[in-house]
Amino acid sequence: MDIKNNVPANKLIFPGQIHETPDGGFLITKLDEVINWARSNSLWPLIFGTSCCAIEMMSAADAKYDWSRFGFEVARASPRQADLIIVAGTIVMKMAPVLKRLYDQMPDPKYVIAMGACTISGGPFFYNTYSVVKGVDHIIPVDVYVPGCPPRPEALLHSMITLQEKIKNEAFFRKS
Amino acid sequence: MLLGQDHITEEGEFVINMGPQHPATHGVLHLKIGLDGETIKKIEPHLGYIHRSIEKMCEQLSYRQFIFTTSRMDYLSAHINNQACVLAVEKALQVEATPRAKAIRVLMAELTRLASHQLWWACMGLDLGAVTPFFYAFREREAINTIIEETCGTRLTQNYMVPGGVMMDIHPNFQKRVKEVLKQIKEKAHEYDELLTGNVIFQQRLKGVGYLSKEDAVSYGCSGPTARASGVSCDVRKLFPYDGYEQLKFDEILNTEGDSWARYLVRLGEMKQSISIIEQLIDNIPEGDFQAKTKNVIKLPKGDFYQRVETARGELGVYIVSDGGATPYRCKFRSPNFSNLSAIPKMAEGAKIGDLVAIMATVDLVIPDIDR
Amino acid sequence: MTNEELKYSITELLPVATYDESGEFLNIIIPSDELIPLMKELRSKKEFDFDYLFCLTCIDWKDHLMMVYHLLSKVHKHCIVVKAKITDIQNPKIESVNCIWKTAELNEDEVYDLFGIRFLNHPNLRRLFLEEDWKGFPLRKNYVDENMIKL
Repeated sequence: MDIKNNVPANKLIFPGQIHETPDGGFLITKLDEVINWARSNSLWPLIFGTSCCAIEMMSAADAKYDWSRFGFEVARASPRQADLIIVAGTIVMKMAPVLKRLYDQMPDPKYVIAMGACTISGGPFFYNTYSVVKGVDHIIPVDVYVPGCPPRPEALLHSMITLQEKIKNEAFFRKS
Repeated sequence: MLLGQDHITEEGEFVINMGPQHPATHGVLHLKIGLDGETIKKIEPHLGYIHRSIEKMCEQLSYRQFIFTTSRMDYLSAHINNQACVLAVEKALQVEATPRAKAIRVLMAELTRLASHQLWWACMGLDLGAVTPFFYAFREREAINTIIEETCGTRLTQNYMVPGGVMMDIHPNFQKRVKEVLKQIKEKAHEYDELLTGNVIFQQRLKGVGYLSKEDAVSYGCSGPTARASGVSCDVRKLFPYDGYEQLKFDEILNTEGDSWARYLVRLGEMKQSISIIEQLIDNIPEGDFQAKTKNVIKLPKGDFYQRVETARGELGVYIVSDGGATPYRCKFRSPNFSNLSAIPKMAEGAKIGDLVAIMATVDLVIPDIDR
Repeated sequence: MTNEELKYSITELLPVATYDESGEFLNIIIPSDELIPLMKELRSKKEFDFDYLFCLTCIDWKDHLMMVYHLLSKVHKHCIVVKAKITDIQNPKIESVNCIWKTAELNEDEVYDLFGIRFLNHPNLRRLFLEEDWKGFPLRKNYVDENMIKL
């Protein structure tokens, strides 16, 4: 917003010199940081596990790995209350429209973690299969990929922290 | 897409869809439920949301390679699934595993069963609204996972068994660690009873819910704890012993009540039997080779071979049809969950919709094993 | 009963049956239209009493399809394998055994889905795993999928 536009034409012209600061100025940058800090530390994941990786996702929630240290513990069963979908497990042709619908039902801003080899590329079910979707990014956009079959809970935690870093650098108010 | 006039089968009947995205189905199962008020009239299972064409894949994989696909089927009993495959190949080749390998296989299988039942117990609590059991059960499950990881290199989808034995010898710490874990589990066993078994509300949710008669259990092809809770003797380890189970002392847990509470008790009893089996073996692992010699490229003789094992959920059958080549001509997995699922409509008939979650929790379905 | 006794009793029931004893179980190979009378006898006769159908599947032998039924008696603890040969591969059909063993219902749905065999007198024949509009039957040997990536 340019402050010159707010000065009525019949008034004196603003005497000082106005410098355009990059990214919208001091106040908004700080506001962005506050909002991103709050959003990144309270990500609510949707419980979406189709196969083996879901068990490792459960392990990440237990007392040994404890994802609530990073603010992920409010796992929701409904997409309307979640802002992160962890795709844990193979996606097949019949499941693809369901996943797309779930993703569409989530409120913006929303994020996707592709957990495991199956969701990244089809993994062990890449060759000679007739029903497996070869990579979940054919259906929905993915923010973070976690390799492994299945990935360890530590790897999942790392991916979530990576996602938090991504959110912290997002432009919410300022022009990107 | 799913709700429509054509699906409302009778007047006054209300159809709701449970799944494919539902936290209590433990995966992507889709049940179409016909309701009269709150009472379930009929259930139609719709499958295939995780159908990964494993049987088609197996037709292109060699007899050493196809084993790994089965650890992704019933991932909670990955070792036991692998065991079924290697036993089928060994049966066809007429090779026998070494005594040491057999003992290691049984130990791994029972550890897996224990871990699997612990996860079932955790999820059972979660499904019925108790969150605390999850943390208690995972404490022991993580300890078992760590032991398995030390020897096999992975926590969940192991690929440890090969035709003729196991892939590598056990870790030097294995015996010590297993004894520590068994001690821990026995010490904490009373917590399980205090949290759920003795809980009156929990008992009320399960008792008399989801009754399955003995005749129905046999007719629907049920196996494992689901059938044993109805009084059907079907433990493959007892009836058709493999890998030296005939030399071990353990009981087949039977219950004749046939309701959800009986299934709960059978699984708890099985955990104790698994501990007893591990205790008998852990100090008596025979010395010697961990793998019998087999050819690098395995070719099975012409014919068909069937091998069954007892997984944590019931009888898994591996049916290999060979035409003499290096890959199976046809490979069929008789999955325990598939048959147990087909009995759920019968169990839930006349029950309230809220009880369906309790019934599904006690049957303990693993969906990728149903869809394959 | 031992395999020999089973073979003897079944030959009396159904003279056209042929046998294969190379494997672990006694295999009986019958034409597909003889299936239901034989299965009913196997289930109801006290000396057979095969009450547990533990595996139902199909094999595509390119020139014919073979339905395979693995049966077990919980009472006598004997096993048997019944194989029904379907020669019409263009339009394969066979009677459903759902009226004898209830587990057959979902299993036959699966075989219909993956092999395209129509089961007569089946209460609700549908594609179990794949979408209703899926073309072809994937476990047939002549199934072609241009999207499949071959190893």
